[in-house]
Amino acid sequence: MRTSEGTMRVPMTVNGVERIADDVWPGESLLYVLRERLGLPGSKNACEQGECGSCTVLLDDVPVCSCLVAAGQAEGRSVTTVEGLGGLSAGAGGASGGAGNAGDGASGPDLAATLHPMAAAELTPVQRAFLAAGAVQCGFCTPGLLVATTDLLRRHPDPSDLQIREALAGNLCRCTGYEKIIQAVHTAAAEMAGSAS
Amino acid sequence: MSAPTGSTVTGSAATSTRERTTVTGGIGESPARPDGTGKVQGSFAYSSDMWADGMLWGSTLRSPHPHARITRLDVGPALKLPGVSAVLTHEDVPGRNTFGLEHRDQPVLAVDRVRYQGEAIAIVAADHPEAARRAAAAIVVEYEILDPVTDPESAIDGSAIPLHPGGNVVRHVPIRKGDVARAAQTPGLVVVTGDYTVGMQDQAFLGPESGLAIPAEDGVDLFVATQWLHVDRDQIADALGLQPEQVRITLAGVGGAFGAREDLSMQIHACLLAMHTNRPVKMVYSREESFFGHVHRHPARMHFEHAATPDGRLAYVKARIVLDGGAYASSTSAVVANATTLGAGPYKVDNVEIDGYGVYTNNPPCGAMRGFGAVQATFGYESQMDKLAAAVGIGPAEIRMINGLAQGDTTPTGQLLDSPAPVAELVQRVRDMPLPAEPAYQTRPESDSHHADIRALPGGVANSTHGEGVRRGVGYGIGIKNICFSEDFDDYSTARVRVEVVGGDPMATVHTAAAEVGQGLVTLQQQICRTELGIGNVVLHPADTSVGSAGSSSASRQSYVTGGAVRAASISVRDKILQLAGERLGVDPVMLRLEPGGAITGGPSSLSLEELLGTSFVEDTVVYRHRPTTTLDPETGQGDPHVQFAFAAHRAVVDVDVELGLVKVVALDCAQDVGKAMNPDAILGQIHGGSAQGLGLAVMEEIQVANGLVRNPSFTDYLIPTILDMPPMQIQVLEYPDPNAPYGLRGVGEPPTISSTPAIVAAIRDATGLDLTHAPVRPEDLVGHLLPA
Repeated sequence: MRTSEGTMRVPMTVNGVERIADDVWPGESLLYVLRERLGLPGSKNACEQGECGSCTVLLDDVPVCSCLVAAGQAEGRSVTTVEGLGGLSAGAGGASGGAGNAGDGASGPDLAATLHPMAAAELTPVQRAFLAAGAVQCGFCTPGLLVATTDLLRRHPDPSDLQIREALAGNLCRCTGYEKIIQAVHTAAAEMAGSAS
Repeated sequence: MSAPTGSTVTGSAATSTRERTTVTGGIGESPARPDGTGKVQGSFAYSSDMWADGMLWGSTLRSPHPHARITRLDVGPALKLPGVSAVLTHEDVPGRNTFGLEHRDQPVLAVDRVRYQGEAIAIVAADHPEAARRAAAAIVVEYEILDPVTDPESAIDGSAIPLHPGGNVVRHVPIRKGDVARAAQTPGLVVVTGDYTVGMQDQAFLGPESGLAIPAEDGVDLFVATQWLHVDRDQIADALGLQPEQVRITLAGVGGAFGAREDLSMQIHACLLAMHTNRPVKMVYSREESFFGHVHRHPARMHFEHAATPDGRLAYVKARIVLDGGAYASSTSAVVANATTLGAGPYKVDNVEIDGYGVYTNNPPCGAMRGFGAVQATFGYESQMDKLAAAVGIGPAEIRMINGLAQGDTTPTGQLLDSPAPVAELVQRVRDMPLPAEPAYQTRPESDSHHADIRALPGGVANSTHGEGVRRGVGYGIGIKNICFSEDFDDYSTARVRVEVVGGDPMATVHTAAAEVGQGLVTLQQQICRTELGIGNVVLHPADTSVGSAGSSSASRQSYVTGGAVRAASISVRDKILQLAGERLGVDPVMLRLEPGGAITGGPSSLSLEELLGTSFVEDTVVYRHRPTTTLDPETGQGDPHVQFAFAAHRAVVDVDVELGLVKVVALDCAQDVGKAMNPDAILGQIHGGSAQGLGLAVMEEIQVANGLVRNPSFTDYLIPTILDMPPMQIQVLEYPDPNAPYGLRGVGEPPTISSTPAIVAAIRDATGLDLTHAPVRPEDLVGHLLPA
């Protein structure tokens, strides 16, 4: 953007890789930079005011709404997005293959898949459990829920229903009524406990 | 949560004489979604993720006033800003400057008058979204502000100024069945009346309106999240002055829909900007803009009069239902027909008098949302059924069971129910499900050690009660919904199926224009193709306009209609394969079977698909129509307007903090007849999600409109249920096949949204003893009577 405010160069570590975002306008959010400058559109833009959780990422291992983080605040820090969850838990998961992608993609042009190299990464237990439970419908809330669930299970490896509800209360879903999401969290917890023992 | 249970399927509606083959991942199973892995990895491309080299960003200038004349429009200041490539107004629309689903009454860009807050006036393309927003803000518009028409009654009585050339009544639907006046003379009738209102609900899909338009030499390509590609295409082409085939639409990933994507939002605007600048243009609405960028559920004002014999049998139903359609018609005509024809509910009643009105005002435009007219009516008639039960002296489940429609009965339009209508059984099933345990604070209020976890109480972690002042209530609701498009609409879908052998393995490709909006239609198409062809590897072609229309992903119709089309095309391809095989083997193809895995048996020797096809393929494109329906008689509303009816029942249990007016829904159990459980997991997902949207309408969701202005266009102020708000659900899925429908299936998506709202409000009434007449129930409705006047 040609602007009188000037633009910034923002280096950060994203999904374990050193990245540099150039030409960043100071008003841009971390979410915008991830999606539009770094080719990582997995984090979603549902409300952009911190109410829905669909843009949740880990910033230095703490879950945040990336829409509420100014891009400059992420300078020099470590960011994990949904695209990086596979890398994050590499070695902790285990099972090979995906959760049965029965056909090929049914969406429009899969532009996003060509934009980031981690798309083929192995699915984590949380990702697998969301698929197996039917916790994914339209899927727009899913990236944020996966990041939030990953964080929850690090803190509480065997959460109760109420702990799950409390931990995920900042992530809106309009399709599933949340029942399958709770089921998926329990499934993922059980799998992770099994593989850890 | 219980697994789906219920009756077994007793037959199928198969038209083919050949036995179906069996294969893993066919109908009746819950195979993995084909788009699932991409969705959990973040690689699935939603419409807002679209990106192209050199693309510009679009932005829209909208009216801040609900009703005004535009006296001056100057785009000059916007054009001077850095990064701006185009600023367009109505003068730049080369074709027709109006669009709309049923009446093309809405300007693409306002000409000289705006009729609602948020109406689009001008559009901008710039090299950064912020530059585009600033440019839109720099456009100079001067208005002569007019008084907004906000009272729908003034539209009916003619006291308001006309907002459109034909006046302010979009449609009036009368229903006259039997003789209400004579029935009212019956001695000993128990009569109850009530006035009810339903607030304006938002679909609140999470994926904002968005898409990418790419100019081409002969037209434009659009990647967009929508519910109906071909109807979008036709409206866009008219506005651009192009032929329909010059507008090529591909479905981008859809972040939920629920009716809100049936009307156009940014489609024409992005195409206009792309063609004007000859650059790709992306538009993505913010959440606030989204509240102005799509239609909402019609708010309703309803009056009902129900009469029953002393033993509780309905004698007559009278109703007047007024739906505020806002500034433009959208699908108001069809919404009114639903609210009216379904306005007496899933009940047997011989004497009916209902008048439904859909009107123009300067409120936000309203149109399709899951449940489509049935939601509003159901809140009214179910509230009445509870009132009637109390007046007669029987229980709420009992009055629904003794009056419930059954196969062989007729509806208020005189339409015969020619397939199962298990209303009484659905109510009985939810009634008989186990109730949640009585809370410890009620059974042992003195015992500190039995205090419930506050997260399970009204108010939750706000820590507003430990059980004191909390009352529990139970309520019921059941609804009726028409499936597919009604009133003689030519409702069809198109499917192209191709079979070939790739790398030695049979593969089928299914191509439709049907919009996957999250419901799992992509999975279902694969399942149907697998079942009919016995081929496990079924690939879906992206949904686009290079194949015929699939109709809309609405009215719970796609399993029926696109499912029917995929089935018919698969059967046709199978027949062609067997015909070819018969010629090759010199036998009557009737003797042959296509086995799972691709072997053709029944002839003198087995033949593989690879041997038969080599490098060629077999393909067919089939258009499937459901049975015809009729229009409504304009005086009496009599006719056979609907294709199929679907039913769901809910029982809700709530805890209400009667001192603070806070509600916690403790249980929300559901029984639904689905005809055939095509994909049991997807059905549960529809019931969970639909019930949650009904819960939202019951206790929190309402767009606040004051003098035509929306006061809460954000997720901060417009609340939708969180994971803390939704209780666990017990669900029973019944399978009574509809002999008219593919596989006997019955549309699933809408019924659970319809009945959960009245069940929850009934439970709150049961807990509080209050006569609650508005959905959603607000804290002030519960504690207002306690406050000093």
